[in-house]
Amino acid sequence: MTATTADGLPAAPAADTAPAAPATAAGLVVENVTVSFGGLSVLDNVSLTSSTGEIVGVIGPNGAGKTTLFNVICGFVRPQEGRVVWRGKQLRHHHPYDLASLGIERTLQGVGLFQGLDALDNVLVGAAPVARSGLFSALFGLWPSSREERRLRDQAMEALDRMGVAEYAARMPSTLPYPVQKRIALARALVSQPALVMMDEPASGLSASDISELAELLGALRSEMGVLIVEHNMDLVMATCDRIVVLDFGKVIATGVPDEIRADPVVTTAYLGEAVESEPADARD
Amino acid sequence: MKLPRWLRLPTQPLLRHLLLAVAGGLVLYVITLSVSQYDNLELAEIGWYAIAIAGLSVLTGVNGQISLGHGAFMAVGAYSAGLMMEHFDLPLIVPVLVAVGAAAVIGGLVGLPATRLKGPYLAGVTLALAFAVQDLPNKFSSLFNGDQGIIVNPPTPPGTVPAERWLAWITLFGAVVGMVILANFLRSRFGRSLRAVRDDEIAASAAGLNPARLRVLTFAVSAAAAGLAGGLFALWSGIVSPDSFSLFLSIQLLAGMVIGGSGSLIGAWWGALALVYIPEWTQNVSGHFNLSAGVKANMQNAVFGLLIIVIMMLAPSGIQGWLRSLWSAIGRLARRSKGDSDQAVAPLTSTPSPERISP
Ligand SMILES: Nc1ncnc2c1ncn2[C@@H]1O[C@H](COP(=O)(O)OP(=O)(O)OP(=O)(O)O)[C@@H](O)[C@H]1O
Ligand SMILES: [Mg+2]
Repeated sequence: MTATTADGLPAAPAADTAPAAPATAAGLVVENVTVSFGGLSVLDNVSLTSSTGEIVGVIGPNGAGKTTLFNVICGFVRPQEGRVVWRGKQLRHHHPYDLASLGIERTLQGVGLFQGLDALDNVLVGAAPVARSGLFSALFGLWPSSREERRLRDQAMEALDRMGVAEYAARMPSTLPYPVQKRIALARALVSQPALVMMDEPASGLSASDISELAELLGALRSEMGVLIVEHNMDLVMATCDRIVVLDFGKVIATGVPDEIRADPVVTTAYLGEAVESEPADARD
Repeated sequence: MKLPRWLRLPTQPLLRHLLLAVAGGLVLYVITLSVSQYDNLELAEIGWYAIAIAGLSVLTGVNGQISLGHGAFMAVGAYSAGLMMEHFDLPLIVPVLVAVGAAAVIGGLVGLPATRLKGPYLAGVTLALAFAVQDLPNKFSSLFNGDQGIIVNPPTPPGTVPAERWLAWITLFGAVVGMVILANFLRSRFGRSLRAVRDDEIAASAAGLNPARLRVLTFAVSAAAAGLAGGLFALWSGIVSPDSFSLFLSIQLLAGMVIGGSGSLIGAWWGALALVYIPEWTQNVSGHFNLSAGVKANMQNAVFGLLIIVIMMLAPSGIQGWLRSLWSAIGRLARRSKGDSDQAVAPLTSTPSPERISP
């Protein structure tokens, strides 16, 4: 669907053709993004693309800038240079909360559930971008609002069900095991049926059997939406991703299909001394 | 505890809350018929306190923002209603609605800095507001009549209804209608979004919520409730003057919220009861002892302080939170005695239920 092939980025990124080329109109294009925090360069000229039908993995050692890259795409961090293009339009001065209604959802590193809401309500918050009923209807408890609530509730239950955690709908997050919480967070990201879902370390803290279920889910999502994942678990990345972008100290040091990445000596050097295996759960940034 | 199906409330918000309101209203109606006229004035006072506390509770308990100057929004409502009634001869509903609207607008404006300011800074802004409303009536003395205040004529009751009972009806009716609207709001997607923003702003943004906009909206809704309280207060008190809206009022509202249960609308009624009856009880009790005037004057503050400390320690979610946990404890006991076949005993298997506990 885009001109992008398995070996990575478009050969010549259409740098200054203001309305981006129609070839990339359907997906996400990150072009030459540079970010530094107080002189510390965190992302240096990073580019990547993503579109429906493919799973793109972003890997790299701790502190490589993976989460920051997600934050740039979402609008939490403004890049000093470069741009983010979504469906042919540059995202300029966009706010994180704009993305969901543009069809981009994200899970946060860790869990990021709302502790004061039960599981179903957590997922319902994720349905916000598809909610239409107005304030007046809400204040007076009128039917447009309550009908929509019922419909969204069904969708949220379905999303929980798809993640296999529907039975915990009425539970508060803090009373649930970590893997269940992660599934609820995924349900929250998927309930609005986004065109692109970004997952920050979806496998961290999960058992082997949970991870294989996650791999299955990712495979199923491939046909529905674009998937962009940051992940330390190499088995998962190698098994599910169509393309991999390797970051090290904020630079893209390699891109390619899993086999190319595995064989790339530069990547092996970057990971030297680091376990190219699964990482334990870590806290959110 | 799970009630039989026919005893459960409807899930449609308006039906549900109207049903609760009618039930509560009937109880209040019977009480107003059977108590003295002095008690009726106190019931009216409970009415405006309750809706003011409820508004504050939506702001603080549900959305996590602090207001030290909520009395100021009451002042906005009371002065708007008072001025309307002074200059125009309109049905009561009009000045009261104007009070609500004016407070909502001012609340939204005060909420604007809340998009940038957090915690103590925001509290500072609202505190400044509490002081400002004390000064403004003197600065614009020709309009607000300075320290003297605006006289509000008591509403004329129909037929042979005593004035005090009529006042209680008006105030309690206004408060109950306000509660229904707040309850609808909290049960909607907006109420859920408010809680999400309170719990985790970044996750809320990632899910598509605009935290700043929701904060301003909450401020407006919360202030509107305080404005309603102010309008009802004007009718109840018969005079709107600066000293009714001192910082002390704002602190009282916070105390009532903590005592009743922050974030709970029913808790607001417990808080209002406490605000009205604790001073009276302490006065009665201290009257029986030979205390110096200074001790007597500070007695009620001491009792309030003590009560808040006790509540914070024993029931951090207030009277309503305590009642709720009592209710679920009874439910657990009932299930256990029924034969322990319930799944909910196991740590990780609860039956999914589409109905959840309402605020
Ligand atoms: N807001 C910020 N201000 C200053 N420095 C930051 C900020 N956010 C991230 N950094 C720094 O940028 C670098 C990259 O961080 P980032 O979180 O993107 O790494 P990561 O690849 O996601 O790492 P991990 O695998 O540990 O999650 C780190 O050195 C981090 O300390
Ligand atoms: Mg990270």
